[in-house]
Amino acid sequence: MSQHIPSISNFSLSDPNKYSVENLRSEEMIISLGPQHPSTHGVLRLEVVSDGEVVVDVVPHLGFLHRCFEKHAESLPFNQIIPYVDRLDYLASMNCEHAYVMGVEKMLNLEGKLPKRIEYIRVLVAELNRIASHFVAIGTYGMDIGAYTPFLWLMRDREHIQRLLEWLSGARMLYNYIWVGGLFYDLPEGFEQKVAELVPLIKTTIKEVKTLVEENAIFIKRTANIGVLDRDLAISYGCTGPVLRGSGLAFDLRKVDAYSVYPELEFIVPTGKGLVGTVGDCWDRNHVRVLECEESLGIIEQCIDKLLGEHKRTPEFKPQEMVPKKIRPAAMDMYVRAENPKGELGFFIRTDGRSDIPQRLKVRACSFHHLSVLPTLSRGAYLADLVAIVGSLDLVMGEVDR
Amino acid sequence: MEPTNTLFMAKAVIILVVFAITLGVAAYSTYFERKIAAFMQDRVGPDRAGPFGILQPLADAVKMFMKEDFIPSHANKWLFIMGPCLSMLTALMTSAVIPFGDTVTVAGVTFDLQGIDVNIGILWVFGIVSLGVYGILIGGWASNNKYALLGGIRAASQNISYELAMGLSIIAILMFSGSLSTKTIVEAQQNGHWNIFYQPLGFIIFIVCAFAECNRTPFDLPECETELIGGYHTEYSSMKLGFYLFAEYINMFISGAVMATLFFGGYDYPGYEFVANKLGETPAAFIGAGALIGKALFFVFVFMWVRWTLPRFRYDQLMNLGWTGLIPLSIYNVLVTGIGILSGQPIIAGIAGFVLLILGLIIYDQLTVKKKIA
Repeated sequence: MSQHIPSISNFSLSDPNKYSVENLRSEEMIISLGPQHPSTHGVLRLEVVSDGEVVVDVVPHLGFLHRCFEKHAESLPFNQIIPYVDRLDYLASMNCEHAYVMGVEKMLNLEGKLPKRIEYIRVLVAELNRIASHFVAIGTYGMDIGAYTPFLWLMRDREHIQRLLEWLSGARMLYNYIWVGGLFYDLPEGFEQKVAELVPLIKTTIKEVKTLVEENAIFIKRTANIGVLDRDLAISYGCTGPVLRGSGLAFDLRKVDAYSVYPELEFIVPTGKGLVGTVGDCWDRNHVRVLECEESLGIIEQCIDKLLGEHKRTPEFKPQEMVPKKIRPAAMDMYVRAENPKGELGFFIRTDGRSDIPQRLKVRACSFHHLSVLPTLSRGAYLADLVAIVGSLDLVMGEVDR
Repeated sequence: MEPTNTLFMAKAVIILVVFAITLGVAAYSTYFERKIAAFMQDRVGPDRAGPFGILQPLADAVKMFMKEDFIPSHANKWLFIMGPCLSMLTALMTSAVIPFGDTVTVAGVTFDLQGIDVNIGILWVFGIVSLGVYGILIGGWASNNKYALLGGIRAASQNISYELAMGLSIIAILMFSGSLSTKTIVEAQQNGHWNIFYQPLGFIIFIVCAFAECNRTPFDLPECETELIGGYHTEYSSMKLGFYLFAEYINMFISGAVMATLFFGGYDYPGYEFVANKLGETPAAFIGAGALIGKALFFVFVFMWVRWTLPRFRYDQLMNLGWTGLIPLSIYNVLVTGIGILSGQPIIAGIAGFVLLILGLIIYDQLTVKKKIA
């Protein structure tokens, strides 16, 4: 029997649908949402089966932003992987770098041996980036619901954070600032003061956004009791970050794992309480992000205090002093995880102890897990709710497709 | 020249001027929309074409004409062209019955500053506006695109539902004036007896319905960008798209003018009599035309203000608001107005009805909304 080889005419690459016209009921139709749709937050394609305005099923199609990160990583030295890590969650590059670098340092037994100033700077920049990432999430979420103005307000203030980080590293989004065993450079002169000036500004913006978006009656109508993700479902789908906390579980790796200098800092873990609807609805997820911005501001203030006081700039401080010349960890399997703005970012790294490159590097991306809940959440919702749910999950396709 | 001929000429000039004003206001509404949005969003807005970007509408028009006029191969060609034409046509026709001013005498000819004074004035507006939805519906259907179809369906059901409440809110006005003619309605409001004082509730219902009829945020579901990309005009490009967008701005201006006519005394302004005594009837009437356009432009500004502030409703919430909110409210309004007219105290009845309603809403809010944001 001759082997069946599908000829190119038998399938078209642009139309790999799960559903076809034959297996639909007569009142249903397939709507292809994306990859160029304005509210899929990047290049996500959703195959939506809808009965008029009601969503019957959603099938996410991935891979439009696939860049072979994991395969690339298998042929690169550990320090040269950092720029690629930036491009995972490109809205929160510092957090991605922080997680990855912690992992490599764990393999090199550098954990806890670095100067405290380095750790504080890392936490400072990571929290700044967390605010920037949440600002994009909250702003685009408002835009998904139809409010355009808060988006631009938040982008305006995100710009200040990006300028600061550009001053620090030379790049606006993809920083390559945190190195294995140290930092690219110390903070520029006057950086701490500028950050201290920024904090009240951001506080005002958050207050404005609260009144303009969160407390708006139409916004509440559109998001309360929509896309209710109950806690057990969230856990079983592997949701983390604001999505899980929105469902009422105070699970924050900064507290649970207490990595870096987070145990020395004071902050609380906000959770969804169902203030306007059910616990775990879209409004709660968004609200958790807003509250987290406030917590991050608190962390930043504490970091600034430490960086200006206890661990202040000294001529002897060299951020690249402990950077290893050659990174060759012993043969091991290692998993490291950290709290990214969007959830738990994990790296599994396997090394053979003989080469400078990882044998395998697997990323556990939070957005991928959040995307997997989407069909469950949106069945039976309205088409407009689907957009609200996608927005509340805060997906970044760079991380989903890798 | 024969008197009828001069009157005909005068009417032709008025129609031309109204046409030009409408188009000019619509063109500059796009500019002001962007400037207002920029102001609210802490941006600069268009500032490249001419000083302060004042030539931006011209540049936009050139851009629209130069773009490829694309008709999708699977679209129904004739209906596809007819959609935007119908939208534009109906949008422009509405302004015919709006009284822009009182009687004026120019070069020995005496005429009204109004396109046509027909005794069904307000019904004409409603008739033409309800035809307007066909432009959107046909455009959405002829595109043969799922997004456009959904947009068209939404437009149809939304406009039909909100027309009901809009019509009911007008009935109370008609009970006052006893005439459908827009001219009579305005004349009944002269010397500060504006309907807004008698009909605060009717005005609120009317303005909400006007938002829905013009497809403006928070009711811009037919072209809802986040779900339907462009809604009914997803497949349109070039000046056909321009016609749709233009028709929207014309509709905004016209509904502003209708609101001014029905609720804000039309061309009446404080000190009208004084000006008429000092300067004569004709200048006073022209200033009145300016006052009406000023009132209309203020409502256009309100449209824009709301658009850049509020999020958008969901389809079913929109229908709920229309059928279970606005229609009962407007029936209540008709009832209160009837009691007012019967008792001979319309202004007290209007205000009492409004206050009662607000109290009722507050009590309802306190009873049902238990949870509050911390």
